[in-house]
Amino acid sequence: MKEIIFKIKKNPELYIGAFISVIMILIIVCGTIFSPYDPNAMSAADKFADPSLAHPLGCDNFGRDLFSRLSIGGATTLFVALVTVIIGVTFGIIIGALTGYFGGAIDEILMRFNDAVLAFPSILLALVFISLFGSGTWKVIISLGIVFVPSFARIVRGEFMRCKYLDYVRSARLMGAGDFRIMFVHILPNTLPVVLSSAVIGFNNAVLAEASMSFLGIGVQPPSSSLGRMLSDAQAFLFSEPGYALLTGITIALIVLGFSLLGDGLKKNA
Amino acid sequence: MKTIIKKIITFIVTVLLVTLFVFIAFELIPGDAATARLGINATPEALMALREEMGLTRPFFIRYFSWLGSFFFGDMGISYSYGVSVRSMLASKLPITLTLTLISFIMVVAISIPIGVFSSKYEDRPGIKIIDVAGQLTMSVPPFFLGIIVTYVFGMLLHLFVPGGFVSYDVDFGKFLSYLFFPAVAIALPKAAMSTKLLKTSILSERKLDYVRTAFSRGNSTMDVMYKHVLKNAIIPVITFLGMTLADIVAGSLVIEQVFSIPGYGRLLISSIANRDYPVVQAIIAIIAMIVIVINLIVDILYQILDPRMREGR
Repeated sequence: MKEIIFKIKKNPELYIGAFISVIMILIIVCGTIFSPYDPNAMSAADKFADPSLAHPLGCDNFGRDLFSRLSIGGATTLFVALVTVIIGVTFGIIIGALTGYFGGAIDEILMRFNDAVLAFPSILLALVFISLFGSGTWKVIISLGIVFVPSFARIVRGEFMRCKYLDYVRSARLMGAGDFRIMFVHILPNTLPVVLSSAVIGFNNAVLAEASMSFLGIGVQPPSSSLGRMLSDAQAFLFSEPGYALLTGITIALIVLGFSLLGDGLKKNA
Repeated sequence: MKTIIKKIITFIVTVLLVTLFVFIAFELIPGDAATARLGINATPEALMALREEMGLTRPFFIRYFSWLGSFFFGDMGISYSYGVSVRSMLASKLPITLTLTLISFIMVVAISIPIGVFSSKYEDRPGIKIIDVAGQLTMSVPPFFLGIIVTYVFGMLLHLFVPGGFVSYDVDFGKFLSYLFFPAVAIALPKAAMSTKLLKTSILSERKLDYVRTAFSRGNSTMDVMYKHVLKNAIIPVITFLGMTLADIVAGSLVIEQVFSIPGYGRLLISSIANRDYPVVQAIIAIIAMIVIVINLIVDILYQILDPRMREGR
């Protein structure tokens, strides 16, 4: 017991963040799977119903169960963020590994290009791609995925440059390991702590970016629900029904809080 | 001087790359400007003639440089949706977005530096923990939600401003500024929280260094050491962060304008994306990117001036 308390005290961000994130994921997954309501089923009688046993968080302007809507909206947001990060990390690792390990002219050109892309604020860059591709769930995912590649590539590149002159890489080379074996079997596992913490931070940014774009009405499109979209709907009823906007906003804020603490904690450990 | 010239060359390269990127991105869209102007029912001959007239048949790089040249001289094409020049649409909105950005930035600086210094000075007091936790919570509230909270609390409960009651700067400048105050709060608070945290960590790690102990042992007062030695060094990473923040605020104001119904660049950009009014989208994105790059250049040069260690590769 003492040991656990000591561990938590040493890195409170990690444990508090993990706790909030796990709880939010559990609520969202359970709400999506076990909810007795269709999140799109409207009912005029339940318009802005107060919280009750039947509707634990009440209902929205069309009498739809708010808890089911928040769960499915949260699930959409988490899904978009997850796939975005997977795209960003995968391509980031490939580009970062190749440029960091081999260096040379291609590295120079790609990194100049990377700098130029990083000069854009990420939301602006995502807007460029959205205006090219159009909106919709998968288009948002692809746009955000592309936006996230350069920052991951830069982090992975830095790690590869740091590792490639270390002794274990030299000894692997002396034993006759090829470049690709060294890169992906020897160096990559050693970069994972850093990659993992930046992936969590990236996940967090993806949640925020998706919510902002859906809030602006150019992200996930109805009938798919998303937290940003719901918040923008709720804004119209802010004066009469502040609870709708408040609950939606708090859901987003808790997801962001959990993952940002988790990311900070992992960074401390890395 | 040599490093500053180097920075300026990097700056020019970045400007070229970024504008090239924006140009290529909008070249890739199916359907060109001629189709957009004549509609899909135009005859191929009429399309060809207009393309010739608009210079769309010229080689790629010539078109890029002529676009870039006219962009810098303020000719940004004609809006597909409104048929007026993009320049005239953007000119009246620039002061709105710039003022909002500026007020927010001043708030970030005015909030974060005093609180950062204060909370690092009294680091071990229990009250400071509350500031830390409050900062962490503020950072996790998305700006648009913070905007909604600000609207509700200050607009609807306290009646300090009328939500949606934007007054343009050419009508009543005082009312214009007072309307922008609350959106600026929504933009500034999370950024101020981040910059406070950064300044605090920076001061705390700087304070552990040997030169601080030496300064104390020479008999300098705490205030002296803090302001003449520690803060001078600790502020440098914060300046970089503030530069990045200013760029972020420009982008963040796009979202906040939507929350508070401010008719600036953000709302125009969003409606132009929805209407596929590409010349407007292209111009706004290029302008914002330019602003961001110029801010980065200024921060880089400031850096050289503030930190002598950075000069001449020492």
